[in-house]
Amino acid sequence: MNPVVRWFHQLGSPPTFDRFAARWAPWAYGSALLVMAYGIWAALFQVPADYQQGDSFRILYIHVPSAWMSMAIYAAIALIWRIKLCEILAMACAPIGAAFTLITLATGSIWGRPMWGTWWDWDPRLTTELILLFLYLGVIGLYGAIDDRRAAARAAGLLAIVGVVLLPVIRYSVVWWNSLHQGQTIRLLGESSIDASMLPPLFAMIIGTKLWFIGSLLARARADNLLREFGKDWVKALAETRR
Amino acid sequence: MSTPTLLQAARALLARDLRLLWRRRGDALQPALFALLVIVLFALALGGEPQLLAKVAAGVLWVAALLSGLLALDTLFRGDAEDGSLEQWMLAPVPLAWLVLVRTLIHWATTALPLLLATPLLAELLQLPRTQLPVLLAALALGTPLLSLLGAIVAALTVGMRRSGILVALLALPLYVPVLVFGAGSVAQASQGLDPTGGLLLLGAGLVLTLVLAPLTAAAAIRIALN
Repeated sequence: MNPVVRWFHQLGSPPTFDRFAARWAPWAYGSALLVMAYGIWAALFQVPADYQQGDSFRILYIHVPSAWMSMAIYAAIALIWRIKLCEILAMACAPIGAAFTLITLATGSIWGRPMWGTWWDWDPRLTTELILLFLYLGVIGLYGAIDDRRAAARAAGLLAIVGVVLLPVIRYSVVWWNSLHQGQTIRLLGESSIDASMLPPLFAMIIGTKLWFIGSLLARARADNLLREFGKDWVKALAETRR
Repeated sequence: MSTPTLLQAARALLARDLRLLWRRRGDALQPALFALLVIVLFALALGGEPQLLAKVAAGVLWVAALLSGLLALDTLFRGDAEDGSLEQWMLAPVPLAWLVLVRTLIHWATTALPLLLATPLLAELLQLPRTQLPVLLAALALGTPLLSLLGAIVAALTVGMRRSGILVALLALPLYVPVLVFGAGSVAQASQGLDPTGGLLLLGAGLVLTLVLAPLTAAAAIRIALN
């Protein structure tokens, strides 16, 4: 068997995954902190102020990466596979995605107060992002409410698939409707319509949030994995060594 | 024993559900009664001023329809799950999705349809301008089956739980939002003298899509819940 494929299969076994997650979660967290520390520092001190918005625009460096993560993570949940570990991973995604959605809404609201003169507007982009938060809460709630963990993960995954219809609506809401929220100004491919000097910290934050997501995902999945394998020999052995 | 055709199975289910409904005739009126109460509460809370009521009437009627449909969701599969009929559905020679579709449509006809028939009366209570009534009725006629079909997915997901309560609302409301936005939005457009057909067509498109996909999804959810 191809070594990569074999490694992937082995990772599906709970004890191997536990060792893998325990080993790599701190690295992901650590590199995320480093990259984000650079991103925040550059965003606050290096990037010039916007000619119209002044310093307020700097919140974009948190708002935009969180917004991207809020949608990317949701898409990841909907791609659930019927492998035990994949279910654990997908369900561990949900609280992280909900947190990113909440950060997106909160930072947008804080920015909107001085810029739009209001904390909240029932604009399509804002409304759909709020519904995304409710969908996350629904997935988390459904997963928590069913006793059989495997059935719970599959039911919550099914709900996530139904809700996936919302993702393109969020993405294109600023194009389809005349909304208060501004259109897309930042592109990974092609030319962004913001100044080039403002971009490097943004890329750092985008990479930083991804790394943070990986660290958080591994840590959460590890906890859920240990909980599900509770009582097995390798978990007992692990608990013994920690004592 | 020969296997029943799809239509025979649907007819048997219809006969059974209607007989059950007839034995408990009072229950059929409950959703419409609940919507009436919501409307009374809104009218009293807003102070009963006719101009104000006329402005919010369409929105209130939509919310009332949505909430009464939400409360009725629990009865969609619950009884069959408790007495074991749902397991027989899974073993039946006809597709589970078909039975789910038939059941959902019967449920819609017995809970939402009375409300739809009562809507002209309720609209009068809220001083809805007469010119907007046809648009509201069309939007509700397209929107309430859509709500029922989306609700069937949620009811199926929660059918295995003993007490689903608030979780059903948490799962269903995000899915209901687009229906509410386009349904109430089309009436709002009509009130401003604009053409409401855009929202109605979107509701129709959503209805066609969910007619096909929702029973399949709900059937998958029932399989997950009962296995």
